[in-house]
Amino acid sequence: MDLLVTYDVETVTPQGQRRLRAVAKICEAYGHRVQKSVFEIVCRDPDKVRLVAELQAVIDPVRDSVRIYRLPASALDDVEHLGKPRAVDPRGPFVI
Amino acid sequence: MTELLNTLYVQTPGTSLHLDGDTVRVFHPDQTGRRLLPLVRIDHFVVFGGVNVTDDLILRCADDGRSISWLTGNGRFRARTVGPTTGNPLLRQAQHRVADSVEQRLQIAVAMVAGKIHNSRQVLLRTARDTSGHRQVALRASAELLAERLGLLGTAASANEVLGVEGIAARDYFAAMPYLLTESKEWKASGRNKRPPTDPLNCLLSFLYGMLRVAVQGALEQVGLDPYIGFLHGVRSGKPSLALDLMEEFRPLLADRLALTLLNRRELTRDDFEALPNGGYRLTDGGRKSVLGAWQQSRQRSWQHVQLGREVPGALLPLVQARLLARHLRGDLVAYQPWMVS
Repeated sequence: MDLLVTYDVETVTPQGQRRLRAVAKICEAYGHRVQKSVFEIVCRDPDKVRLVAELQAVIDPVRDSVRIYRLPASALDDVEHLGKPRAVDPRGPFVI
Repeated sequence: MTELLNTLYVQTPGTSLHLDGDTVRVFHPDQTGRRLLPLVRIDHFVVFGGVNVTDDLILRCADDGRSISWLTGNGRFRARTVGPTTGNPLLRQAQHRVADSVEQRLQIAVAMVAGKIHNSRQVLLRTARDTSGHRQVALRASAELLAERLGLLGTAASANEVLGVEGIAARDYFAAMPYLLTESKEWKASGRNKRPPTDPLNCLLSFLYGMLRVAVQGALEQVGLDPYIGFLHGVRSGKPSLALDLMEEFRPLLADRLALTLLNRRELTRDDFEALPNGGYRLTDGGRKSVLGAWQQSRQRSWQHVQLGREVPGALLPLVQARLLARHLRGDLVAYQPWMVS
């Protein structure tokens, strides 16, 4: 499935900055960063469950907000993009 | 639809791969910025010469059951790391018993070669359909010849004889290669040769067979079969006979056709190959990158699978066939059915 994950983590305190890094790290493990706090993720159902659980465990439910949009099938293959090019195609071949 | 996991191909010399949390960090001294790839999306690494993989990453992959294959620039297999052997002793015992039984071995060998010859014929006939004149005649004649070879399989009395028929059929099939190339003047197809491949087409075939072998051997290990105990190819130390066996039915459609398409559509040019002093040919770095991209793309394509009654992506075909083979060895299926397209 295709997911779009966006987050706001309050970073006024050192704990907040730590949480921000933790959230970013979790998202990096599942998908590709397309903007500062926006990730595109292609994953299987169990991965999504794991992702949600991991995020749940690190955020502060009062101060932070994470939104996970489930997109229609293959929606990430059809993205209009302006400006700086996106680094990777989430479903494309990984050839380096 | 289930999401396919990806294979990460790393071919740029000087690149190093590091473990960073649950991601792979790709580092190259000439490129700035952090490049991270999620490990959860990758089920296999294919690494070419001049690339460093840190031991952290190797061990993490071994723990997760993700394999890493090391290949030369030409696609020749060099090494592979996997985690601990999985506990599937009953299947392995069954495999050894079948390998020791002359009759059962013969039956599987015949099925595998029949699959290969059938699929080779499909390559010829499909191309014949889109051509005309002497090329069409030649291709149809070769397909007819292969159909005869298919008949020979019925009379084979041992796996060795089956291998002989396979050899004859392969020679007939490669003899028809020039008619499969629309730019045959430019690419000069002349049968199959290797070590070293002496023309670009053979160089490309060798490379794609290398990729196929990695995929097939990985699938066998995933299912818990021993890639070194084969039925068609004889058992010899250091020779992954079963991987070679299972590759046969995939070669024509998954590798040969891709090679022909790349050359016929001019997606590869002479500049993508370099001639070596020993008369052989090798892909350039740029050429290899194009081929890997095309290979990975072609693996997404779905193929009809008659036994399963549904479409299966090319990337999963080796795994599906390895499972069918395992079921046959365990005695759940009366016969092994190769993957054949109609």
